[in-house]
Amino acid sequence: MLLLFIYPFIYGLALSFTPPKGDWLANYRTFFTSDHLWPTIWTTLKLALPATIVNVGVALPIAYKMRIKSSYQRWITTILVVPITLGTVLIAEGMLTYFGPKGWLAQFLQYFHFYDGSIRLTHNYWGVLISLVISGFPFAFLLILSYITGIDPVLARAASTLGADPFAQFRHIYLPLLAPGLAMCFCLAFVQAFSVFPSAVLLGAPAGPTRVISIAAYEAAFEQYDYSLASAIAMIMGFVQLLIVAAVLGLRGFFYRGPVSGGKG
Amino acid sequence: MKHDFSELRLDRVTRRFAGAGGHAFAALSELTITIRRGEFVALLGPSGCGKSTALNCIAGLLPLSGGTIQLDELRIDTLPPEKRGFGMVFQNYALFPHMTVRRNIAFGLRMQGVPGSQIASRVKHALKLVQLTGQEHKLPGQLSGGQQQRVAIARAIVIEPPLVLMDEPLSNLDAKLRIETRAEIRRIHRELGRATIYVTHDQDEALSLADRIVVMKDGVVQQIATPHEVYAQPANLHVANFMGYRNVVELDIVREEGTRVELSGPDMRLVGTRKQMGPGTRAVVAMRPEEITLGEGPDGRNTIVARVDNVEYAGRDSLVDVITSSGTRLHVRATSSPALGDEVRVHVSPERVLVYPVA
Ligand SMILES: Nc1ncnc2c1ncn2[C@@H]1O[C@H](COP(=O)(O)OP(=O)(O)OP(=O)(O)O)[C@@H](O)[C@H]1O
Ligand SMILES: [Mg+2]
Repeated sequence: MLLLFIYPFIYGLALSFTPPKGDWLANYRTFFTSDHLWPTIWTTLKLALPATIVNVGVALPIAYKMRIKSSYQRWITTILVVPITLGTVLIAEGMLTYFGPKGWLAQFLQYFHFYDGSIRLTHNYWGVLISLVISGFPFAFLLILSYITGIDPVLARAASTLGADPFAQFRHIYLPLLAPGLAMCFCLAFVQAFSVFPSAVLLGAPAGPTRVISIAAYEAAFEQYDYSLASAIAMIMGFVQLLIVAAVLGLRGFFYRGPVSGGKG
Repeated sequence: MKHDFSELRLDRVTRRFAGAGGHAFAALSELTITIRRGEFVALLGPSGCGKSTALNCIAGLLPLSGGTIQLDELRIDTLPPEKRGFGMVFQNYALFPHMTVRRNIAFGLRMQGVPGSQIASRVKHALKLVQLTGQEHKLPGQLSGGQQQRVAIARAIVIEPPLVLMDEPLSNLDAKLRIETRAEIRRIHRELGRATIYVTHDQDEALSLADRIVVMKDGVVQQIATPHEVYAQPANLHVANFMGYRNVVELDIVREEGTRVELSGPDMRLVGTRKQMGPGTRAVVAMRPEEITLGEGPDGRNTIVARVDNVEYAGRDSLVDVITSSGTRLHVRATSSPALGDEVRVHVSPERVLVYPVA
């Protein structure tokens, strides 16, 4: 088990420090001096962070509304699981026909003259962002829903008898109890979005605005056959993820973490 | 929210749920009672009889299916709980696990927008009232069950609600702590004088705490009376059963004169007192073990001959089971312990033989 995770990592790390030419830091120097490479970090962050924030931010209120068990809660969860099982490539295919310049959405809007300009929601930044939201949202939603249903509803009832209206119940009871779970959900959703690759290629503009870091790694490995540089890029990618995750989890330390029921201890 | 009132009137308050097979059943039907300011009312009944339903309806946590609730002139049954402002103590406390004791207690005041300086002094006062001074910085998870219970009480009363609602607040405590906290609740009620509705399935709790007891069964009120009346004069056989009238014997009616009834069975003749009218020539008598005495009655009346079948030592006295020749078993509390198999006489006064119609 340990070997399975540790070995590729150590191997990659070692590989990244042994470039074909130059000293042991040459790969990293190349990455951070090349105008072609280091901006991919920002490109990726500009996609992954908004997508994660949108996913978590939209999933939270919807999951809160649906916290009471009902038959339609079951329906919605089932429908939302579908994009997860479809996978990113299928979603990209679907989006190309729906959001593309000759897609249904564009035809619909133009037919009814809601918007007559040209609509480009594919092969650019927005295409990738939308696909990240579609593929990431169900995941965030289901995770948050499971956190919310774990909170004893009697706490909100107690708060209501003490004068808390529904918004105050959310703000003072649910939100603080959810905070650690939200941080965790944010991290998982972010890591998922950060390693975006298929949709960036299929729906984005891989040469320009959506040249994300995983594309850079792919090119290094499979177009220039420089596995050493590719490993270095992968390490940098991992490091950036780690940084964000550590920051978010560090924030989590400020919140209450413990049982989320109000019963006797 | 107003902090005092003179009457809380419940008029035919009803709550139905969808039961098995889609049939609606009434978990609470037509509860009608007027609660006066400062009064301590206990809702007493077996599990599932609709006590919590009644309390949740009053608190606003459950909408009514019928009836009205009025606080003096104000109709409140359409208001959400946060607008009613009744303090509620939940069965499992429902303390906010992420807030310290102090913040738990201050929560209601913060929601009301009370200024910070006032919050501090009122919380301090409430902490003193429930004797938790010094614990204010702990989280609920760090408190014992009894302490959590007291935080829950403090949190409910610090907002000075016109009405305090308590749903089996002692059911999670052990026997000793239960009796201590019971005294505590009584003391707090006396000090603050807030009207209180207290739900319990324990008749001792209801008897010792309440000014008035509402006995319920299957969502229907059986009797509303003072503890003494419920204890000594149960309105029907259900209440009698619930109040510890463990001896229930069906007999023939021989003669009936006002409330005085003469009854007879194969091996006993008893004179009893009518508590509930009913048709038929047979009736049920209910007697409390404590009120049956070993020995012959005056002039040999209301005396039953029986054989000792079991003796259970209970410290101050013994619980003696006797069986009559026709096989009727009676439970008797006796200060002396007769030997097993002995033939004994037991008697009971006519006022303490309560007569009810056959169920
Ligand atoms: N949400 C609900 N849906 C359907 N039936 C319910 C619901 N809540 C309560 N009931 C039913 O209503 C009846 C009364 O329930 P309630 O909780 O008021 O009983 P209780 O007297 O408080 O009992 P306990 O002493 O066990 O707490 C029960 O038969 C219960 O099954
Ligand atoms: Mg209950």
